[in-house]
Amino acid sequence: MKLKTKIKIIGAIALFSVLSARTLVAQVGKPFIHDPSTIVECEGKYYTFGTGGGGLISEDGWTWNGGAVRPGGGAAPDAIKIGDRYLIVYGATGGGLAGAHNGRILTMWNKTLDPKSPDFKYSEAVVVTSSDGVEDNDAIDPGLLLDPTDGRLWLSYGTYFGFIRLVELDPKTGMRVEGNKPLNIAIDCEATDLMYQDGWYYLLGTHGTCCDGPNSTYNIVVGRSRKVTGPYLDNMGRGMLKGGGKMVLAAGERLIGPGHFGRIVVGDGVQKMSCHYEADLDRSGSSVLGIRPLLWKNGWPVAGDNFKEGTYEIESERRGYALELAVDFVRMPGGMRFHRNNDEPVKPVPSQELADVAKTWPSGNIGVRIGDYMFRPHQKWTITAVPDAGGYPGGPYYKIVIAGTDRALAATADAEVITVPSFTGAPEQLWRIDQFTDGTYRIMPKIVPNSNEHLALVSAGDSTPTLSEYDANSDNSKWNFKAH
Amino acid sequence: MKIKRKAFLPAVGLVILAGLGLQGRSATSGGKINSTANSDTTRSIAPYFTAATTKKKTPDAEGFIQRWLLLEPINKPTRTNVIFTDSYLRKAFTTEYFPGQFTVTPKDGEKVKVGEQELTWHALETANFNVKLFRFAYGLRKQTYGVLFWAVTIVNSPREMKNVRMAVGSNSGSMWWLNGKEAVILSGDRRMVMDDCTSARLTLNKGLNIIRGAVINGPGMSDFCVRFVDEKGEPVKDLTISCK
Repeated sequence: MKLKTKIKIIGAIALFSVLSARTLVAQVGKPFIHDPSTIVECEGKYYTFGTGGGGLISEDGWTWNGGAVRPGGGAAPDAIKIGDRYLIVYGATGGGLAGAHNGRILTMWNKTLDPKSPDFKYSEAVVVTSSDGVEDNDAIDPGLLLDPTDGRLWLSYGTYFGFIRLVELDPKTGMRVEGNKPLNIAIDCEATDLMYQDGWYYLLGTHGTCCDGPNSTYNIVVGRSRKVTGPYLDNMGRGMLKGGGKMVLAAGERLIGPGHFGRIVVGDGVQKMSCHYEADLDRSGSSVLGIRPLLWKNGWPVAGDNFKEGTYEIESERRGYALELAVDFVRMPGGMRFHRNNDEPVKPVPSQELADVAKTWPSGNIGVRIGDYMFRPHQKWTITAVPDAGGYPGGPYYKIVIAGTDRALAATADAEVITVPSFTGAPEQLWRIDQFTDGTYRIMPKIVPNSNEHLALVSAGDSTPTLSEYDANSDNSKWNFKAH
Repeated sequence: MKIKRKAFLPAVGLVILAGLGLQGRSATSGGKINSTANSDTTRSIAPYFTAATTKKKTPDAEGFIQRWLLLEPINKPTRTNVIFTDSYLRKAFTTEYFPGQFTVTPKDGEKVKVGEQELTWHALETANFNVKLFRFAYGLRKQTYGVLFWAVTIVNSPREMKNVRMAVGSNSGSMWWLNGKEAVILSGDRRMVMDDCTSARLTLNKGLNIIRGAVINGPGMSDFCVRFVDEKGEPVKDLTISCK
């Protein structure tokens, strides 16, 4: 076959073997915030509140801008949906600002977080806990947990001035449970948050130095306990009351000082975490919102890396085969060299390149299958974010094309996958990539034509991909991106 | 969030209000913890320290040393702890503030002159695994921020112990010596974490060994914890601790 013009050779041959990678690490728009609350979804939009009042709103979880409204000022709020209402908690003070540690933490309700809604109205804020400025605690930086096992509502709070404490709130009123006494559960932390997973309670805290721009040493650590009241121990068995904590996320990718953890359960087997970075070196060193995968390894949460653009093998977790074009296999020159002369000079053999095989490919749509990986051109996929195509919590939509070409992976109306000769930006050619909590990936088209279903790329057989509802407990739904 | 580095916080005489409580205490790092916040309504070192006695004192169940001679804080104005680099600390901690600083074993009630300050040594036993220097200073109505503390204790070992490590945590920077030799330094803007830094392998002499430590802090809540651990990281507990 002749080389068709629709197969664009856009890079040098070397491009196929030298894999470039880039990460889109922070959110787009104007995601400037400090001490963000756990991200909450309300009527199809995402909200997070920050220090000083106000916060960010996003239509899709990827592009964030100001506009959220939170009265009361103060610092470091948290938010949670309980029933059909939203409970907002915040510290009225700033944790040692002006030398005082007299802190107060208040809660208030709202039926909606959309400030344009006629239902948008905060209840009067009520104090649920405080510190007197002398005791070993400063009542700021609240974090909420609605215990999924029994419906009880817990609040952790505090900073480096003494202990992190735990109190119980009434989930119906948002007020302190009568007679409840605060418990000391950690030291050395700020910005604590609690979460429950698989029989364990996890206490997240931020260690290190806050509020020093690119020199902030903020980092997020965790301990766990079988009881919400503790004791919370780290992976070494060291109590968080003795400063223990296992690292969840530190600086990296030109993002410095992660703090103020919040968990987002996206779906079965897919979790994300929100935080702020004290300094984004690509955004004037400003404090920005971050969202990244939350992985679980041996019973411990750890931040995953946001997806890196690049050229990859897309490997099925089911069999370990690779997603590939359904084209004729083109043999490389040479055969078995079992009997070689030891005096013969040893020399490298060039890899098969796109130009060696592209002319054998059909020009129109080409099907997709899964085969054993041979690092051949029909198995190498270049994945890049598509500007202005929107996104989802923690990521933009991507195009997935055969490396060196514009041939793009696409969903079909009958819920199968093919490649089309050229990427057009059509929504069925846009792909959402989320990391499962086990580190493998879920790959979903933005839409399936003529369908409202949210389907994912799955293995129907070892060698056959299709689109179907994902199952977080099945390796059929899981993929790996391997850079060779 | 706590914006502390840009806001140096001088010691402030605070009116103590009756009310919410203070501290939880843990018996072990992994065991049962009595962590209900207790009340504290008086400005005193009493909830945190008692006077050292001459009774036999061993490390606690986790090996933490709880009997110390503590010098009232030296005034060392420091707006931020981010300046505590290794070089800064070595200079700050090798400066002689009072005669015999690196050689003399102080006595309870003994006074030293540091510039215009007259400071007293206190032989104390901490009620916790750690030594809450902030509460030591606060209870004695001394400055709590912008301070440099000296601590000394005597470790009596029943035999020569090789290949042990001194394991230290401190808020904020600190430096520690065993028998006059530098053992470990903790630099940077640190909070106190047990076993944060350990010395290289060292030897505890049979008989008396002297530990000296210095802790510096700007706007942080000073404290430290010290224990010895063996090659397996297990605490060394068959020691006795005294102040002379």
